[in-house]
Amino acid sequence: MSTADNFVGIVVHAGGNVKGLFGPRFLPGVVAYLARHGDGTSPEGTPEVKAVVCVKQVVAIGDEIAFTDDGKSVDGDYLDHAVNEWDVVAVEEALRMTEAASAAGEESEVVVVTVGGEENEEALRRCLAMGAQRAIRVEGQSGALLDPLTVARRLAPVVAREAADVVLCGVQSSDSVQAAVGTMLAELLELPRVAVVKEISLDRADGTATVMRELEGGLVDVVEVDLPALLTVQTGINEPRYATLRAIKQANLKEIEVVEPSQDAPGCYEILRIYAPPRGEGAEMLEGSPAEVAARIVELVKARLS
Amino acid sequence: MSGTIIVAEHLQGRLRDVTRELVTAAATLPGPVTVAIVAREPERIAAQAELEGVNEVVLVRAGGDEFENDVYQAALQALIAQRAPEVVLVGFTVGGMGYAPAVAARLSCGFASDVFGLERRDGRLVCRRAFYGAKVHGEVALPAGRTSVVMVRPTVFAPAADGASTSRSDMSIDPVTPRARHLRFVEAPQSDVDITTADFLLSIGRGIGDRENVERFVKLAEQMGATLSVSRPIVDAGWMPAARQVGQSGKTVKPKVYLALGISGAVQHLAGMKTSGAIIAVNTDPEAAIFDVAHYGAVADLFDVADELERLF
Repeated sequence: MSTADNFVGIVVHAGGNVKGLFGPRFLPGVVAYLARHGDGTSPEGTPEVKAVVCVKQVVAIGDEIAFTDDGKSVDGDYLDHAVNEWDVVAVEEALRMTEAASAAGEESEVVVVTVGGEENEEALRRCLAMGAQRAIRVEGQSGALLDPLTVARRLAPVVAREAADVVLCGVQSSDSVQAAVGTMLAELLELPRVAVVKEISLDRADGTATVMRELEGGLVDVVEVDLPALLTVQTGINEPRYATLRAIKQANLKEIEVVEPSQDAPGCYEILRIYAPPRGEGAEMLEGSPAEVAARIVELVKARLS
Repeated sequence: MSGTIIVAEHLQGRLRDVTRELVTAAATLPGPVTVAIVAREPERIAAQAELEGVNEVVLVRAGGDEFENDVYQAALQALIAQRAPEVVLVGFTVGGMGYAPAVAARLSCGFASDVFGLERRDGRLVCRRAFYGAKVHGEVALPAGRTSVVMVRPTVFAPAADGASTSRSDMSIDPVTPRARHLRFVEAPQSDVDITTADFLLSIGRGIGDRENVERFVKLAEQMGATLSVSRPIVDAGWMPAARQVGQSGKTVKPKVYLALGISGAVQHLAGMKTSGAIIAVNTDPEAAIFDVAHYGAVADLFDVADELERLF
């Protein structure tokens, strides 16, 4: 498939490097990016380093579970909520990048974006309390069951508008484990991307970042990527900070921008049904007191090792 | 549209096991099975892809020796344009995550990832995958009339056996200038402990709660004659070195006994230990996924059990 039809712009970095190709839908983002970087200086009041982090409020199921009547989701009363673990480290990584810039006297900004209902603003407030400056919620269905292409499409115009140097996403969400939204979003934004990153060093003078991609079995692939870029971040890359009580209170007072999504195209799948999986069918359960359990474990270990 | 294209995954000249597993997964679908090898010199890997159930190997001459996501994306888009496969299978791996979702977004394909079961039903591809942190399974239907890109969970399907030589064809694509470039590999640091050769692993996870508790399990392992291994959160927190990590991003182990304390059983962890001889799991959550692969399980507080084990050894 030719990309000639939708190729309208080349962003050139101050150093003369080609920075990326952008389609017409994202022209406003390109213009914004050029405004910040095109002549090597930033207009007053716009940050010199900007990171956008896409976050998700994930759900967890406790010991009990009940399904909705249509059999396509879990009853909301049986769900706990949290910010996706991978996204928290992505926010931390963005904060560290911009803090490094601030320490060098440069303006910087971290913007967090989510897709969800009003109740998902809790996740955004947690990120604000960690230190993000702004938060945007794209209106969407809560409950975590949107397909990844729909999520990426809803994020795309908002993230494009922000024209960040770096867009960060978690590798995956703990509830849906798609590992797809970040890479899809990069494609919709026509951004270079690297998935499953455990170390990032930015070289803004050069217009690149050098990142460590964590492969199976512990091997590390060192990759150089052109900026602006989208990176999906693996846990272990940092130890995320806790928000102070004061920061949490301040975050609760901040305004969250709400954006209506554009008309949805059909998603990449339709959920037919969900169901309780077969559990522990093969396992023989050891009953009794801890002492009895321990005694059985010792017996089993000895029998297997003799 | 017909048939299945499998994008081979290779690293440092070797085909990875997941490709063999994809061939087995493809056998459940109608139509011929084609394996595509994307590399600078794909013919060097071609023989390894001649597996039972493979009808054709396509050599896509593109990029360098090692994986670069822009190269794989361009290659897969060219394959879809030229051959209009019903289904494309890619491993749910770090490599696959870098390009398969991008192809689906670019071409508006049907897409599902971390898939552990698939079948044709009423003209659509139906995939099984987990939701809500693996507490729930689901069936998703991919749209009919367009190519479906499916990322299959590793270690679910048995690896296909070597087969007879198959027909080969060549395909070239327009040159790609990768925006993300492979520079080099860094091997994991050498360690004096090798958890892959131990007969007895005592493995600890997030359930141990606190850094201060690690030392206690180091001692318990010693006392029991076990080698200590850990799940990913323990390494992420910096409490233990990566050499002790079991799972997809760590080591794959197969000891005679695997005693898991406070490990809930993330899919990536299970992939690294589920073929162990005897798996004994202790967890407070009766719904923990570790009990799916365990031979023996106890719903109990791991510290209470550890107290008793210390007494018995």
